[in-house]
Amino acid sequence: MSPDNRPVPLLAVEDLAVEFRTRSGTVRALDGIGFGLRRGETLALVGESGSGKSVTAYAIMGILDPAARITSGRIVFGGLDLLQAGEKAMAEMRGRELAIIFQNPRTALNPIHPVGRQIADILIRHGNVTAAQAPRRAVEMLAKVRIPDPQRRAAAYPFELSGGMCQRVMIAMALACEPALLIADEPTTGLDITTQAVIMDLIAELAASQHMATLLITHDLGLASEYCDRIAVMHAGHLVEMAPTPLLFAAPRHPYTAKLIAATPAEASHLGRLAAIPGSLPDLRRADLPACRYSERCERVTSDCQEMPLLRLTAADGRQFACRHPL
Amino acid sequence: MSADRPVLAVTGLRKLYPMGKMRGVSRGAAASLLHAVDGVSFAIGHGETVGLVGESGCGKSTLARLLARLIDPTEGTIQLEDEEISAVPARRFGRSPLRAQIQMVFQDATDSLNPRFTAFRAIADPLLRLRRLSHAALRARVEEAARLTGLPQELLTRFPHQLSGGQKARVGIARAIAVEPRVLILDEPTSALDVSVQVVILQLLAELRQRLDLSYLFVSHDLNVVRLLCDRILVMYLGHIVESGPAGRLFAAPAHPYTQALLSAVPKIGSCGRQQRIGLPGEPRSPIDPAPDICPFYGRCSRATELCKSAMPPLRDIAPGRHAVCHFPIVEAAGAGADSPVAVAIA
Amino acid sequence: MTAALRHAGYVLGENPVTGFAFALFFLFVLCGVLGPSLAPYHPLASDTALALTGPSAAHWFGTDQLGRDIFSRVVVATRLDLGIAATSVALAFGIGTLLGLAAGYCGGWIDRIVGRVVDTIMAFPLFVLAMGIVVALGNSVANIIYATAIINLPIYARLARAEANVRRDAGFVEAARLCGNGEARIVLAQLLPNIMPLMVVQVSLTLGYAILNAAGLSFIGLGVRPPTAEWGIMVAEGANFIVSGEWWVALFPGLVLMGAVFCFNLMGDGLRDIVDPLRRT
Repeated sequence: MSPDNRPVPLLAVEDLAVEFRTRSGTVRALDGIGFGLRRGETLALVGESGSGKSVTAYAIMGILDPAARITSGRIVFGGLDLLQAGEKAMAEMRGRELAIIFQNPRTALNPIHPVGRQIADILIRHGNVTAAQAPRRAVEMLAKVRIPDPQRRAAAYPFELSGGMCQRVMIAMALACEPALLIADEPTTGLDITTQAVIMDLIAELAASQHMATLLITHDLGLASEYCDRIAVMHAGHLVEMAPTPLLFAAPRHPYTAKLIAATPAEASHLGRLAAIPGSLPDLRRADLPACRYSERCERVTSDCQEMPLLRLTAADGRQFACRHPL
Repeated sequence: MSADRPVLAVTGLRKLYPMGKMRGVSRGAAASLLHAVDGVSFAIGHGETVGLVGESGCGKSTLARLLARLIDPTEGTIQLEDEEISAVPARRFGRSPLRAQIQMVFQDATDSLNPRFTAFRAIADPLLRLRRLSHAALRARVEEAARLTGLPQELLTRFPHQLSGGQKARVGIARAIAVEPRVLILDEPTSALDVSVQVVILQLLAELRQRLDLSYLFVSHDLNVVRLLCDRILVMYLGHIVESGPAGRLFAAPAHPYTQALLSAVPKIGSCGRQQRIGLPGEPRSPIDPAPDICPFYGRCSRATELCKSAMPPLRDIAPGRHAVCHFPIVEAAGAGADSPVAVAIA
Repeated sequence: MTAALRHAGYVLGENPVTGFAFALFFLFVLCGVLGPSLAPYHPLASDTALALTGPSAAHWFGTDQLGRDIFSRVVVATRLDLGIAATSVALAFGIGTLLGLAAGYCGGWIDRIVGRVVDTIMAFPLFVLAMGIVVALGNSVANIIYATAIINLPIYARLARAEANVRRDAGFVEAARLCGNGEARIVLAQLLPNIMPLMVVQVSLTLGYAILNAAGLSFIGLGVRPPTAEWGIMVAEGANFIVSGEWWVALFPGLVLMGAVFCFNLMGDGLRDIVDPLRRT
């Protein structure tokens, strides 16, 4: 138990910074990312493309591109610093304690193995299940994710299944060993809206029943608001605001958050209400990036916004935001 | 709604694809037919934006391509301001003077731009093929199209891989409006774009519609976007249009059970904790050789009765300008005014 | 245009191997174009007194059995060999690409016919087929060119067909139809530029193969006849003298032959980088 008597976070990311070395320069993809996640909690990482949300997820899973370098920070998971753990230890963790489901499920599954076999493989590798028992357990998992006629579908190949079914298979694979943390990287992009609802409901239900922590990566604020307890907004590699969901929408503190909400069609009553976000993402390869990477697009900018370091504040109600002139 | 002749009128449109012979069926049996579009009729008025929504497999992409005359219908007619464009085969439509009247903006701007063409060449393509212009006039027209879509002139010499998603979308739109069409078919033009870029493109589309006196058919699966841009909405399911009506009314009080389920699946901001959802059990029925006397939505509908599986529902008038293909459409609760948005039956 | 040249310069500078290959190619082309003017001796001038002398200051590559200067003959042969190779590759590329594009884009019976033709050609060991064609049509440079073109045609047809097949459903093809492009125009103006990078790489590889083919045919006595200077003939004649110790008669033509093939292969990647716009930053 931590001093204020709440349970210690299952996952604590502290001051994470990641760089990519490319031909055209070093991309400072992440800078100073920090958040915590407790068991049973759902946190959304929301941002546009290029905000660094997937990079954060991959850093936690330890599956970053080889060109990536983690220049600072810790990722503490169940007391263990994942960044210090060796590859062997990480391989053990993945699948057993940490699980991830990806966008575009059909391409994330192995096209030449039946889906039942793919689930069974995970069970055998990580789940202490014998090769004889695995097929039956795989069918049970398929039933758990509500695939109709699971016995027959276990022999199907990914190309024979619809997008929604493939995503359910991925969920089955991810949750086969009852991990403590599930990362869902844009799990419903590309799926129909009714399928999206079903998949998200399924994830939420399984997460609740297994008391699992969920990290949802998405660009869809509506989706985040419906399924997540807390939302963390990312912009250009910075975490600009984090707050419980109702508070974030009722009273956003960071200007970017407010602009993002105003740009979401779901929020606007008519087209005239929809407001574009001025400017564009700064080039993360620049050497002269300002301290606040939103400052060049912000209407409230003053000269001290460019000064180092970026000011990160924690408000009395537990909210965090990184702004010198919050709303 | 104006009583003028509509700019685009579709009647009884069907598109059937023969499937290969099924395994196990003897050689003599007729090939199965996939009913991609199964009897669609609607009209688009001048300056109107009609939204076409539906999920994957409902046939909206096929319908969009039929209207754009990229494929030929099996049955039915398409009239563009009194000219029956469905009479000209798709293969020859490119040479018809009507080709320029109806253009299309594609979903994936990256895929719809030739990687070897500069933006200038891409926008100039329809002008080169469909208009006789001098070199200088061509240049002027391309630059004007770029200006109208907010594309900076210096980007015209770039290739698609050197442009951002939003810029590519603008090139696609500029290309479509360069020949001054009457009708623009937009096939999910913003679904591949970031939220902030999407806003800009949507507002651009609204502005262009005004300035250039265009009519739009806006195909999308994103109901929020459709709600903002469209005057009227058509809901498509399994090749049929199951409901149509003004956007505001349709969203506030859907008449068809499928529309209702669709709307309830849309995540809403501020609805923390999940809302009551109208589930859609099972999968859609097969579009191959569908039984002609069963409602296409039967099997997933919570309001189904014996009637629904013994007779195809008729097109019902729910209210002026609103139709639904259903035996038991959801009627507004008594006491609600015709103009007030009625809350949909979800918690 | 200048942007294209600048990009070409960048590609050549970036990879020294590519730059070297292009320089070598330029040298070969120079020899081919200037040919006889570069040769110190007339290629057919024989001086039997000087027969089979080794490399020296007067005769860089030595002399052959008839006293002809090998260096001169090698330089002059460049024009013939490159000419044969370039012409046959141009034919194979032109016809093969068009057939392949038509087959891949249209499908149906065009695809079936082209497929059968290509399969038939490829059913033969290609060099044997070339031999057969030259024997049947007669020994001449023109026939070597036709034979080489025919045996290299399938590669282009197959490549073009595969690429056209992949791209025929691409969005920009549909968009092109909306713009009023007819099918033929789509294939030639829209698809062809897209497959050019791959075809260009293939061209450079085929050039090397065509030279080897022509040299091989001459080696066995088909095609170009002595006393015409041609690398293959020179290697064939020189082979008789290796055992008796006059290694230079076969070696130098052989080295130059190898150098040419090597150069074309290296050029392939560099050419693709220059032609392909996706490589442009």
